[in-house]
Amino acid sequence: MFTRRSLLAAASATALLLSASLASAQDKIYIPLVSKGFQHQFWQAVKAGADQAAAEFGVEVTFEGPDTEAQVDKQMDMLAAALAKKPAALGFAALDSQAATPLLRQAQEAGIPVIAFDSGVDSDIPATTVTTNNIAAAGMAADKMAELIGGAGKVALVVHDQTSRTGIDRRDGFVNRVKEAYPNIEIVDIQYGAGDQLQSTEITKAILTAHPDIKGIFGANEGSALGVINAIRETNTQGVTVIGYDSGAAQKQAIRDGLMAGAITQSPVGMGYETVKAAIAATKGEALPKTIDSGFAWYDASNMDAPEIAAVLYD
Amino acid sequence: MTTLPAAAPARKATSGAQQKLLAFASLIVLLIFFSVASPNFLQTSNILAILQATSVNGVLAIAATLVIITGGIDLSVGTLMTFCAVMAGVILTNAGMPLPLGVIGAIAIGVICGTISGVLIAKMKIPPFIATLGMMLILKGLSLVISGTKPIYFNDTPGFSEISTGSLIGQVFPSVPVPNGVLILFVLALVIGYVLNRTVLGRYCFALGSNEEAVRLSGVNTDAWKIAIYALAGGICGIAGLIIASRLNSAQPALGLGYELDAIAAVVIGGTSLAGGRGSILGTMIGALIMAVLLNGLRIMSVAQEWQTVVTGGIIIAAVYADMLRRRRAAS
Repeated sequence: MFTRRSLLAAASATALLLSASLASAQDKIYIPLVSKGFQHQFWQAVKAGADQAAAEFGVEVTFEGPDTEAQVDKQMDMLAAALAKKPAALGFAALDSQAATPLLRQAQEAGIPVIAFDSGVDSDIPATTVTTNNIAAAGMAADKMAELIGGAGKVALVVHDQTSRTGIDRRDGFVNRVKEAYPNIEIVDIQYGAGDQLQSTEITKAILTAHPDIKGIFGANEGSALGVINAIRETNTQGVTVIGYDSGAAQKQAIRDGLMAGAITQSPVGMGYETVKAAIAATKGEALPKTIDSGFAWYDASNMDAPEIAAVLYD
Repeated sequence: MTTLPAAAPARKATSGAQQKLLAFASLIVLLIFFSVASPNFLQTSNILAILQATSVNGVLAIAATLVIITGGIDLSVGTLMTFCAVMAGVILTNAGMPLPLGVIGAIAIGVICGTISGVLIAKMKIPPFIATLGMMLILKGLSLVISGTKPIYFNDTPGFSEISTGSLIGQVFPSVPVPNGVLILFVLALVIGYVLNRTVLGRYCFALGSNEEAVRLSGVNTDAWKIAIYALAGGICGIAGLIIASRLNSAQPALGLGYELDAIAAVVIGGTSLAGGRGSILGTMIGALIMAVLLNGLRIMSVAQEWQTVVTGGIIIAAVYADMLRRRRAAS
């Protein structure tokens, strides 16, 4: 009796899912994007950009990424499933270039063009890489910091990590720009908080204690920047200029409240959009540049509601 | 008096078979469903991808099955796997030792860590949940410390990637290049299945889960057997560490957290009781395959990722509920 009931349930579920799948199965160009993440607002914004391009160019796009950026093997499983669907092209943000090489070679052999996005893939397989120029973007943060603190004083950095490409580029972009252009600014500390808000909060509190005369702090990604803001709020510190990176509802609010001077925004929406656009171009055999800059911009309370800025910010 | 005890084992045996049959039937239903839903599903390359996706979780689930049958739980399987992978990296890449030493070393370290968990639980009487939670965190931290938070690559040990990605089967049957990682999983399943059903260790594994007090009172050194089971599970995690490191050609130190839940899910779907005393490796293998097939199939069907998670959760609950219903029926 139980078996009959369960079979019935299984059959009805089958019918339901099947009708759903048939409805979406059309002869559109199919482009899966396998990302580094999925839940984080940044990746959701990349997804939004990809969906926007999909609607505009009439292609089918799917977007997937593992739960955390450590799950390299889960990303490989996603990549394998994406390739099994015989896509026209593939968008890929590698967690570990080397681990992905065998599957990317498989894509190459099957004649599926690969578009790398976010961080590059250390290989010549991708047709192009859609990415933010993080060095230039962090350099811009340094320029803004110098402008806001009057070109002199102590500053510190709270960075997400010292191993990822974005961590290294943002740190070096900021530090090198200060060294070459602002001799009176002293970088007193660079700390790493794994992009974790709480960890970055503790780190920032330690920095504030160690350097009571500090003028400015740069948080190199969303989690780091929010940690800095938390610490400033909890210790009720006045007169420290905070510059953040990326957006998100909390960071936007901090800028409106005047806790944060402003932030550098990448264009995750632009990244998703450009990736799909480049993928379509690749399927048509068009030549692509080696890298495509998906763009970045400075925003603060004065311009964050301007349409061209508001469009690239995410909540 | 004579009829009752005799009838009980017989009924137990058939109900165990029924559960496996039910799980196996669900797996077949899923396979048929996805094959109909997408022409890309039932392709050799995709089936191999599913098997490869099962290999790590399957091996961890085998380790978890042993511990769960004793009525315990091991939350450290995922990070122990990572720790063993990192130690293989230290032995092979940092110390430049030959491949066999790295393999033996990784498994030995798994056994040592499993033994520590076992001692914490059996001798120091720390509840398994807490002891292995502590081990999970310790091992996660140690992996990061020892590796310097950076992946360790195995580029200097060319044979290493063959452990998982090479194909011995493919050399004999070129049309079905089943990766070695999958072969290891199936061989391990057979071996541990034998250990569970045909050896003293297996018998005590079930006995500990059914009634530890009775086993102890009958003069058996339950502590020693319990430690042995955790040690064996640890060694199996070492094997999982080798498979995953070989597949990624690197030891990824930050990976592993959350993998214990996937392993436990596979065990539970396969009909092993979290209360202990009941379970099978075959069921666990089917459970692990169901999870991999489900995830792969939903991806092939382009089901949005947020819904994939919802469906997986639903399947776990449905599987356990079905098992409950069946057991209640068998009991009445």
